[in-house]
Amino acid sequence: MATSADVDAKNLARRYGRRWALADVSFTLAGGAVLMVAGPNGSGKSTLLRTLSTAVRPDGGSARIGGFDVVREREDVRKLVALLSHASYLYDSLTAKQNLAVVADHLGRSRANIDALLDRVALGRRADDTVATFSAGMRKRLSFARVLLQEPRVAMLDEPYGQLDPEGFVLVEDVVRELKAGGTTVIIATHQLARASAIADEAMLLEAGRVAWRGKASEVPQR
Amino acid sequence: MLIAALRKELLLQWRSRAQFMAVFVFGAAALLLFSFAVGPVAEMLRQFSAGFLWLGLLLSSTLTLAESFHAEMENRALEGLLLLPANPRALYYGKAIANWLQLTLLGIALVPVMVILYDAGTTRVGSLIVVIALGTAGLSAPGTLYAAMTAQVRSKQTLLPLLLFPLIVPALLASVKATSLIILGDPMNQSSAWIILLVAFDAIYWSLCGLLFGRVVEE
Repeated sequence: MATSADVDAKNLARRYGRRWALADVSFTLAGGAVLMVAGPNGSGKSTLLRTLSTAVRPDGGSARIGGFDVVREREDVRKLVALLSHASYLYDSLTAKQNLAVVADHLGRSRANIDALLDRVALGRRADDTVATFSAGMRKRLSFARVLLQEPRVAMLDEPYGQLDPEGFVLVEDVVRELKAGGTTVIIATHQLARASAIADEAMLLEAGRVAWRGKASEVPQR
Repeated sequence: MLIAALRKELLLQWRSRAQFMAVFVFGAAALLLFSFAVGPVAEMLRQFSAGFLWLGLLLSSTLTLAESFHAEMENRALEGLLLLPANPRALYYGKAIANWLQLTLLGIALVPVMVILYDAGTTRVGSLIVVIALGTAGLSAPGTLYAAMTAQVRSKQTLLPLLLFPLIVPALLASVKATSLIILGDPMNQSSAWIILLVAFDAIYWSLCGLLFGRVVEE
């Protein structure tokens, strides 16, 4: 599964109106690596992940995921990528199990491992409850199960620690290690530098839509 | 993929089935109000019954269609499906078919109300159901597309009818004419011509809107 470069971004840019959220971001990421993307609010972390996962189109530059271009070969990229977004992508009126069943059905996968996935994210007991009754942390856990169900080659996790309790933090880290062990490339956008740098191989700091620093996760500046 | 999309839509509709009752009450209330406009002249009421049935159905349909994208926008669930990747065309046809089934059911449920209020009974119940099914198909195909376009707009309840009503005039006209002939009598068998016209418009709406949906929902 691991390849030389699963993610290859060149001069990637994206603007909202007149404001450039991503100004000029270039980087490569080897297959099976874990990259932590950090930076202040509005630095372009979420936009970077949304652009790489084809949720939005870049306004400049290019990016390839697993060798596929994010604009011209969008469908191929989407088959490789799973995005844990700020939005949960869940249906409030459906139960946790039904939400995952919808994903499995659209992916053409079996529903057989849905119960195991719900147990994995500690939602087994709430499997038949509607998402409308879930707390923000539980929604985040279910979104995590959604990502795992996709069995992605590249997982993009936007603020994975957000709204989670300390047990949830451990869950995130365990899952990322499992994904990495399975050869999945992981990009984590987060403000939790200390926690994420413990599981990441590499780090990239963004500032005003540009790469301000790139290096090993263990050497990331803590300010 | 289409089966998965349709199954999801039917599940969402079942979960919000209380809303169907509210839309039915709205449609029945509209039929009642229209009857006041005509007055208690039985022949006039019967004459206008088909038009009022379709007006009631049209007004009710905007509520159903606008609501059908609410769940998709709530947590950006539609974006989540597109990123899986789900085929936009399958998502469209899944939703349009589900909307069509719901509107057909609504139309059939409003028929007894029309019969009671307008004394507009018919023995050609099968033909009436076929016309309702074809007419609501003409509403749901463009209605689903426009509902997707207006789903993220703040004034969607206003914008959706503004966009939808002009487009569906031919289908609405054919539906009213065919329904009227079924209720009032059709000695020259003219209703089949209106039904053929309705089928033709349905074919155009369903094929064109399916092609355009991907462009509407993708950035």
